[in-house]
Amino acid sequence: MNTFLVILIGQILINNYVMCQFYGICPFLGVSKKVDTALGMGMAVTFVITLASFITWLVQNFILVPLELEYLQTIAFILVIAVLVQVVENALKKLSPSLYQALGVYLPLITTNCVVLAVAQKNVTEGAIMDGQTLGLLASTFCGFCAAIGFTLALVLLAGIRERMEQSNMPKWMEGFPGALIMAGLMAIAFMGFGGLLQGLHLVG
Amino acid sequence: MEILKAVLVLGGLGAVFGVLLTWVAKVFAVPKNPVRDAVREALPGANCGGCGYPGCDGCAEAIASGRAAVTACPVGGSDVARKIGEIMGVAVNETERKVATVICQGGTDRCRVKFKYLGIQDCNAAAIIQDGNKACQYACLGLGNCERVCSFDAIRVNPHTRLVEVDPKKCQSCGRCIDECPRKVLELRPESQLVNMLCRNPEMGKNVSQKCSAGCIGCERCAKACKFDAITIVNHLPVIDHDKCRSCMVCAEVCPSGAMKAIFEDRLIAEIDQDKCVGCTLCKRTCQFGAIEGELKQKHLVNDACTGCGACAEKCPKKCITMKPREKARDPRVAVKVEAQTAKPAAQTDPA
Repeated sequence: MNTFLVILIGQILINNYVMCQFYGICPFLGVSKKVDTALGMGMAVTFVITLASFITWLVQNFILVPLELEYLQTIAFILVIAVLVQVVENALKKLSPSLYQALGVYLPLITTNCVVLAVAQKNVTEGAIMDGQTLGLLASTFCGFCAAIGFTLALVLLAGIRERMEQSNMPKWMEGFPGALIMAGLMAIAFMGFGGLLQGLHLVG
Repeated sequence: MEILKAVLVLGGLGAVFGVLLTWVAKVFAVPKNPVRDAVREALPGANCGGCGYPGCDGCAEAIASGRAAVTACPVGGSDVARKIGEIMGVAVNETERKVATVICQGGTDRCRVKFKYLGIQDCNAAAIIQDGNKACQYACLGLGNCERVCSFDAIRVNPHTRLVEVDPKKCQSCGRCIDECPRKVLELRPESQLVNMLCRNPEMGKNVSQKCSAGCIGCERCAKACKFDAITIVNHLPVIDHDKCRSCMVCAEVCPSGAMKAIFEDRLIAEIDQDKCVGCTLCKRTCQFGAIEGELKQKHLVNDACTGCGACAEKCPKKCITMKPREKARDPRVAVKVEAQTAKPAAQTDPA
């Protein structure tokens, strides 16, 4: 139970993949114009990352490690992610054409979204920091899910800010991306504040 | 051996995923929309975004679902609209083709330059500093932002006058240059229009002429000269009603600064078929320029005062008047004379 609490807070706030580790900046800026689209993108990414965490753990522990093929990790994981994205794209096209339209080119670009590969790889390698043990299948999947929630959180927060910035009277040179980049920088600084939570977590533990 | 293992493992993974994908594609198959695909095929495919939809795919989707008109694509013009109309089963009214027009003639040779601008070669940047380096704050800055956004290579900055020039043949009226220009110098105007007002400065005549030799000084001579009430003065600037304008180009002839510009080379002249003319004098009475001579029951002739407005050709009951290209330009002195003879009553001129 405690492990899951640490993973939850650690992945969403303390080690947020976008705000603290600077992965996935492309969709972070590209799809954060409207809260609705940001939420849709976040859900698509969440689905992909969670499933990818699950499958990549299986691939790593049942195929790559026993056969001593860890050096193929990147290629194998990319393969898994690409297939998952294709599945999500097909499903979205059928189930929610409007969201499919709104996400546009950013949907297939989840394949090359570094945050997805980063989460999958860190889960099976750096995930080992938990008490010197590798994360189990369930913990690994949960870890990926939380990382994706963190990504969604950052995306939706920035989208909310950018929606309000559209309304306000900005200088011409701050409109659009320059303003968004400055906001992203300020948000990253704000997220550094969550670093202090680590000590609190140790106390709970 | 090691490499064989790697190949087999990755190949196996790939094969499994391939089967999975095929299955997913079957389960989530979206019924194809043949109408949309046909519309997409008819669109130009430049993905310029001029229609306001995300690319040609988005536009095709919108047209096929009825959210957009068959004329939604500004780039394709009437050709594409007709094709799409056939696919959608909708009759299409011929749309007037529009081209981006530069509403400024104040190049560095005519508009005074306040200072030498050495900053970033970008119109937005230049417009911030002292309202641009041109004396006229409505002038084209000529640093070529529009040239850079044009996907059709239709815009050039003239290196001598630093003024933007649009190639009307290449322009696809997508409107990107218009959004880009910080001075709003560009505008979409009907391509067939031979007379254009090319100045946006509404200031007093003296102020304008001190800044630019091609600027509109607000003398309103064009509005007084127009025989068809096509010109109204709005905010000290003449505005041409393109529906009323008949391209007689008299306004451009009387304009002292040349801000009202006409393509005189494309001017027409009426020609009366002497075999068919019965001498009804209808054309003579219709002509506002005194360009038709001849008595009742006699053959009529067109003299050099003809401006090519074509009013006579419309009125002729025998349809014996045709409009032809002019061989030599109309003498402006004739124009002045005619203007004096057939001046409109003062009540008709717009007081604004």
